[in-house]
Amino acid sequence: MHELSLAQALVEQVEDLANRHGATGVYLVRVRIGPLAGVVAELLATAFPLAAAGTRAEQARLDLIMAPVRVRCQTCGAEGEAMPNNLVCGVCGDWHTDVVSGDEMILETVELDIPEPIRN
Amino acid sequence: MCDTCGCNLTPGNAKLAYQPVAPGATTVSVLQGLLKKNDDQAAHNRAHFDRRSLLAINLMSSPGSGKTALLEATIAALKGQFKIAVIEGDLETENDAERIRAQGVAAHQIVTGAACHLDAHMVHDALHHMDLAGIDLLFIENVGNLVCPASFDLGQHLNIVLLSVTEGDDKPAKYPVMFRGADAVLLTKTDLLAVLDDFDPNKAERHIRNLANPAPILRLSARKGEGMTAWLAWLQGQLGEQRRRLKVGQTQRPSIQPEGARLHSETA
Repeated sequence: MHELSLAQALVEQVEDLANRHGATGVYLVRVRIGPLAGVVAELLATAFPLAAAGTRAEQARLDLIMAPVRVRCQTCGAEGEAMPNNLVCGVCGDWHTDVVSGDEMILETVELDIPEPIRN
Repeated sequence: MCDTCGCNLTPGNAKLAYQPVAPGATTVSVLQGLLKKNDDQAAHNRAHFDRRSLLAINLMSSPGSGKTALLEATIAALKGQFKIAVIEGDLETENDAERIRAQGVAAHQIVTGAACHLDAHMVHDALHHMDLAGIDLLFIENVGNLVCPASFDLGQHLNIVLLSVTEGDDKPAKYPVMFRGADAVLLTKTDLLAVLDDFDPNKAERHIRNLANPAPILRLSARKGEGMTAWLAWLQGQLGEQRRRLKVGQTQRPSIQPEGARLHSETA
């Protein structure tokens, strides 16, 4: 399983963001993943605290948003939900479709604890 | 814009709308692929390959579906024509690299230990041990696994997925992420079809099309030499395409991963 590698990559990214914004902590990490990204959400959720231990993201809550699988048909133009292993058009049955949702694996937002600058 | 209150919320971006946060918290919108570091390294690898004007191919499949046997037969057939190099990925042993070297071709073995896939950084490290001067074709034989390797861009130009006829014709339906990302699918060990009555190549093809994948599906047996002509012709055609692209300053990424993720992150 590669979810630990992904969790480590995620924590690294969050740490970079925390550095860039001068944050002392991270409250929330929101990730959007689709079934076609090849990631098991539960495993990512389990791996995240392990990867985050000892970093500023240690106390962060991981919010996983599951994206639905949706396809747009190249032939009839219809758009609709599909199954990860059956991406044919639900209207005309053609398999020439484009996945418009469901293969993403995106860090959407983070909520950071940024201390107010001290004014003299 | 909303007529009622003038906000810019749409069904598409509602999920990104501001939500009450902990006092003192600052929300930062990121919209970046989770594998950004890997993808940056992969792009660097690809640029390196393009400078050498070689074609890099990522071979993926279950363990034991014939990746190394395919490479042996391919090298034997193309030896006089093209210069080939191979990167081997395995959890343990140098066995596959030794099989490739026995064909008179440079091979570097990446021993991943417990890791179930190659990533762009491992391939980059391997490149430091290889002389790519004059190489036309670089094969990267990924760890035998139909799950994890699908998620990692290595910098290759093409993904090739092997499905041996001893595995079952519904593998594409069971491992959609892997088979959706294939630029070509090779049905291997077809000489065994005569004794296996439960593998229907047409059914396997149907499962691949159900993943909206238009990739060519070639049937071959590397051991018996069946179907090798079509495979070698396809390979040469792809090398020609790559050289043509490079002349006009373009490159190619594998058909799906992680192009889809990148697309979503740009349009979200």
